[in-house]
Amino acid sequence: MSSKEVILARIRQNTKQRYEMPDLDIDAIIFPDKLHTFIEALKAAGGEIYLLENEENVNQVIRKLYPKAKHIVSSLKEIDCATSNPDRFEDPRELDGTDVAIVKGSFGVVENGAIWLTKQTRHKAVFFIPEALVILLDKARLVNNMNEAYEKIHQSEAYDYGVFMSGPSKTADIEQALVFGAHGPIRVTVILQ
Amino acid sequence: MSTLHSKAAARFIKNRAQELWHDETLWMVRAKRDKMSRSLPEWENLRNLASAIKMYSNSHLDTLLQEFEMNAKANGAIVHWAKDAEEHNQIVYGILKEHNAKNLIKSKSMLTEECEMASFLKSKDIDVVESDLGERILQLMNLKPSHIVLPAIHVKRQQVGKMMEKELGIEKDNFDPTYLTHSMRKHLREKFLHADASMTGANFAVASTGEIVVCTNEGNADMGTSFAKVHIATFGMEKIVPNVESLGIFTRLLARSGTGQPITSYTSHYKTPAEGCEFHIIIVDNGRSNILSQPEHIKTLNCIRCGECMNTCPVYRRSGGYSYTYFIPGPIGINLGMLKNSKAYSDNVSACSLCLSCSYVCPVKVDLGEQIYVWRQKLDEIGVANKQKKAMSLGLKLLMDRPKLFNSALKFAPIVNHLPRFIVYNAANAWGKGREMPEFAKESFNEMWKKNKVK
Repeated sequence: MSSKEVILARIRQNTKQRYEMPDLDIDAIIFPDKLHTFIEALKAAGGEIYLLENEENVNQVIRKLYPKAKHIVSSLKEIDCATSNPDRFEDPRELDGTDVAIVKGSFGVVENGAIWLTKQTRHKAVFFIPEALVILLDKARLVNNMNEAYEKIHQSEAYDYGVFMSGPSKTADIEQALVFGAHGPIRVTVILQ
Repeated sequence: MSTLHSKAAARFIKNRAQELWHDETLWMVRAKRDKMSRSLPEWENLRNLASAIKMYSNSHLDTLLQEFEMNAKANGAIVHWAKDAEEHNQIVYGILKEHNAKNLIKSKSMLTEECEMASFLKSKDIDVVESDLGERILQLMNLKPSHIVLPAIHVKRQQVGKMMEKELGIEKDNFDPTYLTHSMRKHLREKFLHADASMTGANFAVASTGEIVVCTNEGNADMGTSFAKVHIATFGMEKIVPNVESLGIFTRLLARSGTGQPITSYTSHYKTPAEGCEFHIIIVDNGRSNILSQPEHIKTLNCIRCGECMNTCPVYRRSGGYSYTYFIPGPIGINLGMLKNSKAYSDNVSACSLCLSCSYVCPVKVDLGEQIYVWRQKLDEIGVANKQKKAMSLGLKLLMDRPKLFNSALKFAPIVNHLPRFIVYNAANAWGKGREMPEFAKESFNEMWKKNKVK
């Protein structure tokens, strides 16, 4: 017998009682002012927010937010301040040394400030290797809570890799002192448009 | 004191300042959890649902694991099954060997600790690098984690700084956590970029989609899996959840319970292998199917390893993770140790005041304290009951069964109050160790009642 068969046989033999799957309909929290609460939650997670005005150019804003950035990568059509397209790199290691990467978020979650990002470049390292990550997000695309978020994911298109990201990489492993930039981006700026 | 736990705890509390810091810091995490839970009116409903989903999934493992395997394969992953720790380690080694991999970068996984994988791979000349900051600090210090979520909670910044001076050549006497963290960032960046293979655990494995979900604050799982050509994800089979909608329940509970955050910085969903890469998934039993046959203990399989039972436990907070003899400490560790080998790990069951704070906060409603009580009732059966306490219990039974003898014994009991210390506090009295005995009242309640003194 293969290990799989052995394990399945043990499970069948030892399962004494089978329980029903509960109904997952839950009266989950909703927020009267979604945008305001989302911004507060994202700030609490260490993220930065920029509300783009109609007449503003996103590239100029990014330049202003990160004046010292030399290596900026993005594969988004509306971004012309990028110094390279990350999809041209054969090896994701070539992205090491990136100052800023600009990506697009699918939607935000109000209760925790997280943004759902699906793989949109050849290498998912684009999300993690830069010193700073800029996420462009449509401010109308906000869900109240994670229950709504997963319902939305369930109904939307398939993805190879996806991540809920809330603010920068962080750690408190040394004496519970909070530090940003354990491994991933030290700064995360969300530009709401 | 007789148990290994109490002896080790005595060593921990010798450093009073450290003990106090440990106690207060973990209580602060518990307080953060309380604040988070109270911000959601549906909190108790979420706990009920999480528990019910786990009861469903753990009683349908046969079908759900097969569904997971089918979907993971369709996504392009390679699925392995491991009966036990040894087979798990052999599978990992086999994959590494096939790719001629010499360096493995891994994120935190309690399962690989359980399987003692690192020492096995070391014996095969594989360089295993822990990428979670706390885990890496401990690895370089040659220490084990003392908490499942806050692994280096027992280590002070000065110790970290001194170790990094020696191992990584950083500035002397700079103990600033930001400086230390960013020095470690540089050190690990090189490891991430040049590892031959990466490994992660899994917080959840979704049967309906075949994806695995990993939650971190540091992003180390994602960094690790972004460069190496091989990703090995391993999970104990109770990590299975039926569908994506279930994740909506669990992700709302996990970080709020564990660290008092509304969500971890990264909740990563791995589905399809990256271009030119291999994605291996190992499903591990290693004793879990045995737990299924024990209805009294089945809820331990609900555990999502948030660590909250440690933060809330008055014994854990004041005795530290190293006081326990099983590699997972605290209330859940006491239970999992007993399920692994009740004779070998029975020293931990006394590390509990039965306050049930753990059961009260557990996000998936594992009846942790109640199960510890059940184990205590079985100690004699297992053959590890404390001899003095057993003799005393038999003596008490003799008295309790004979009201007259009991009442006259009670009458003379206050004499004990005036006996010299060495007679009361000695080897035969396990209750007199580390604490003061209460004074016997001059009159029993029974006597007072008869004299109409009780109002």
